[in-house]
Amino acid sequence: MKPYAYVRARSVEEATAAHAARPGARYLAGGTNLVDLMKHGVETPETLVDVSRLPLDGIEELPDGALRIGATVRNSDLAAHPLVRDRHPVLSQALLAGASGQLRNIATTGGNLLQRTRCPYFQDTAKPCNKREPGTGCGARDGIHRDHAVLGHSPHCIATNPSDMAVALAALDATVHLYGPGGERTVPVTDFHRLPGDHPERDTVLEPGELITAVMLPARTAGLPSAYRKARDRASYAFALASVAAVLDVDDAGAVRHVGLAFGGLAHRPWRARLAETALLGAPPTEHAIAHAVDAELGLAQPLRDNAFKVPLARNLACRVLSELARR
Amino acid sequence: MPGTATSAASRTATSAATRTRVPAAPARALGAAAERLEGLDKVTGAARYATELAHTPPDCAYAWPVPATVASGRVTAVDTAAALALPGTLAVLTPDTAPRLGEPDDPNLAVLQHHTVPHRGWYVALAVAETLPDARAAAAAVHVTYAAEPHDVTLTPDHPGAYEPQEANGGHPARRERGDAAAAFAAAPVHVDATYRIPPLHNHPMEPHAAYARWDGDHLTVYDSSQGAGPVHAVLARLFGLRRDQVTVVSQHVGGGFGSKGTPRPHVVLAAMAARHTGRPVKLALPRGHLAAVVGHRAPTLHRVRLGAERDGTLTSVSHEVTTHTSRIREFVEQAAVPARVMYASPHSLTTHRAVPLDVPTPSWMRAPGEAPGMYALESAMDELAGALGLDPVELRVRNDPATDPDSGLPFSSRHLVECLREGARLFGWADRDPRPAVRREGTLLTGTGVAAATYPVLLSPSTATVTALHDGGYAVAVNATDIGTGARTVLAQIAADALGVALDSVRIDIGSTRLPRAPLAGGSSGTASWGWAVHAACTRLTERLARHAGPLPVEGLTASADTTEEAGRTPPFARHAFGAHFAEVQVDTVTGEVRVRRLLGVYAAGRILNPRTARSQFIGGMTMGLGMALTEHSTMDPAFGDFAEHDLASYHVPSHADVPSAPDIDAYWVEEEDPHLNPMGSKGIGEIGIVGTPAAIGNAVHHATGIRFRELPLTPDRVLPALA
Repeated sequence: MKPYAYVRARSVEEATAAHAARPGARYLAGGTNLVDLMKHGVETPETLVDVSRLPLDGIEELPDGALRIGATVRNSDLAAHPLVRDRHPVLSQALLAGASGQLRNIATTGGNLLQRTRCPYFQDTAKPCNKREPGTGCGARDGIHRDHAVLGHSPHCIATNPSDMAVALAALDATVHLYGPGGERTVPVTDFHRLPGDHPERDTVLEPGELITAVMLPARTAGLPSAYRKARDRASYAFALASVAAVLDVDDAGAVRHVGLAFGGLAHRPWRARLAETALLGAPPTEHAIAHAVDAELGLAQPLRDNAFKVPLARNLACRVLSELARR
Repeated sequence: MPGTATSAASRTATSAATRTRVPAAPARALGAAAERLEGLDKVTGAARYATELAHTPPDCAYAWPVPATVASGRVTAVDTAAALALPGTLAVLTPDTAPRLGEPDDPNLAVLQHHTVPHRGWYVALAVAETLPDARAAAAAVHVTYAAEPHDVTLTPDHPGAYEPQEANGGHPARRERGDAAAAFAAAPVHVDATYRIPPLHNHPMEPHAAYARWDGDHLTVYDSSQGAGPVHAVLARLFGLRRDQVTVVSQHVGGGFGSKGTPRPHVVLAAMAARHTGRPVKLALPRGHLAAVVGHRAPTLHRVRLGAERDGTLTSVSHEVTTHTSRIREFVEQAAVPARVMYASPHSLTTHRAVPLDVPTPSWMRAPGEAPGMYALESAMDELAGALGLDPVELRVRNDPATDPDSGLPFSSRHLVECLREGARLFGWADRDPRPAVRREGTLLTGTGVAAATYPVLLSPSTATVTALHDGGYAVAVNATDIGTGARTVLAQIAADALGVALDSVRIDIGSTRLPRAPLAGGSSGTASWGWAVHAACTRLTERLARHAGPLPVEGLTASADTTEEAGRTPPFARHAFGAHFAEVQVDTVTGEVRVRRLLGVYAAGRILNPRTARSQFIGGMTMGLGMALTEHSTMDPAFGDFAEHDLASYHVPSHADVPSAPDIDAYWVEEEDPHLNPMGSKGIGEIGIVGTPAAIGNAVHHATGIRFRELPLTPDRVLPALA
């Protein structure tokens, strides 16, 4: 097997220093996706910097009511946390809709954000894929692509982001905290993942060596009615054909005061539905208004030969979830 | 119906039936719900599978095959330099350097013997190394050059390459005609003419195909994950030019097969080849990602079913025409039109098979080959006919139940399909069913119920067995049977205990090795009948000898053997089949197009049930696999690259626990069936019939729920949701 170095970091600084010192280094946390990809030859790191034992496994409530989630908090622990269940049910629901119990027990918050697409062409080194090997072409565009993107894809890549958790984080206005050679910075989760454009090999805006240290859930979405709904081929352990995370706050007059709506399974990143949100804000969330708003967003869709079903599927899910939240 | 009241009623019936099913105090072993003899070993990890640690000597090497990356063509060069330069690499076998083998009957076993690539994924080299990661890395470093040819992997109903074979799988004639099906269809007052499609499916047993091979001089020992050590033994002897006594094959514990381990697969040949070439013991466990291409699949089938009936539901014409694919190197034709030959009385019938050779892997057996896809089409069409007639679908089947086998004209040795349908209808609460489709809405959910019949033939092969009376009062049974998770080991011990007239715990049983008396493979739901007959005969003979024996037992004990070649070779003048009825209740989510099964019931007439515990497990396991066939499982042939797109269990969707109702909402029952024309135990095979009617029952329930007739599986949201709009 291709030899690689293994470094166990004891601090964030040590981890980023180790990463910077070794070309071809990758951070290892739960390893549920990275190790698989290494076995298949998709990932070929020179060094693994193990960050799984860093002291980033806490969930902390800040004085203003925000929730700081350490990067190595396990998906199971995050989903079960009382504050998450009480104030951000959409996140708990999204986590529990993902993967399997065994995977959730080992997968981390940071790793979940960085998992790679499950596009079969990306995972098969004998086939072309611009994400895995830029310039080789996209096997999926004219190939098997029922599960692929309908929004924001490019001629070079039609892959989807597989995360459920990230969709909920997008709807919750979460931010991602990073530490790297250039110091600390914070990125809204909706800007963390990229659209493929001309560089599908870049999933995120992470700079080389940057490490996710935490995810912050802001106080302003805490406690608002929220929900996650996912459609899939089987009842468990299947990626989303389409999913919806929604946060909806209606004022005393019955008008929408706040709405966060994000789609999963439709694009290269969790798709925050800004057009729909703008249409909904300030008016009563009637069935008609919701449908109109969701249609405005999904009017952007450009389905491929075999995945047009995702558009009405996403529409139905969004209308249903928003209507249910509006009735609370 | 369906509602909570109905569910409660059926649960009550459930408990009553459960009480009557299991004898309160089993005086005899057969018919008792004995626990699996190896159950504790399996759950504690003591049971060792083919390539597990117990077989690993210190000098064990590991092999990893290299799959072809073109779908058609020839290997022009294999550059092994980079692979050989890696640390740990012991050898790279190629079509140029691999040991020459004898000619196999199955061309898929001529691995590394020629340069032709018949399909993508065909093995073109084999890396052997000190460790598993070394072997995988070496395989990845092998550089293969091809002269690629254009390929065709797409099955269409009007493909110019289609031909009618002589036979379909199982030796069935490809074509059978009775009367004038076309004229009778044209003259019938009520018709159904429908086409159905079933995608390629994969067996994907939990344990992949895996083998450990070791040479001691000229003796080859192989531990193989196989449904039959005997066929593996015969093939290896032939390929390596060995006498039979120079080969030992062990398949003691097998983590599932579902048909895909019925005959030797390339891995075992490669393992033996690598061990001979390197002089080291070699382990080869195929990676999950390779299985789709190299161990067989259920071929896709295109069906056209035409039913003609009188207004009272009497069938006058039954036509079932099947088109399927096969590979370029071996003909395998899924016998999907065969069950239509025995199911229903009709004076006119046409059943045909056509095959299209494509640049695809060779299809093979997958649980109930023929019956599973064929009965999906036929039983969906019967449901459509019931709708056209305005007749209850249970009643339609009852009205067309034949007195004799419509195809052969022979009497049935036993046929209790009607009893299964009636009993199933009672248990399921069918009488309360409103036949109107699409009228049961609970919020965004539509619910519906469906029924379908099932059948599976009674098959039998010759077997031998021995039994020895031991000094300690125990009895040692030996037979090269295979327990692929079915409970065969346990049931054979029960058969022995009864034939000997002793308690089950005084029987020791040894199976799964070619050192034991010769026996056929576990396949065609025939294992228990075939092995069991020989065990029964040996035990009966030993009982007679013991009765005549005076004085203490000899030192080596007293042994009796049996060989059922003569009995199994006799063809009794009866049509012999098991029958069953499946009932399903589904809910269809109108928001997402997701279909979920709420209740699933199977009622079977399968002769005498020898062990209710393991039988129930087989039935429900088959039904669960049928649920997957209906709702979640499919393999997608990639026309551009020529392989199946699903390479792992994250993308090939076998049902998860969350998809399967829990008991009693999923359950299996059987009707008492005495049939003296089977074997000394009076049993029919039960390993496959559970899958047979389940997909159609679920599909028919989806129609009842939605009013929409889907004719292509699986019923995933991409198919269902657009139709609901």
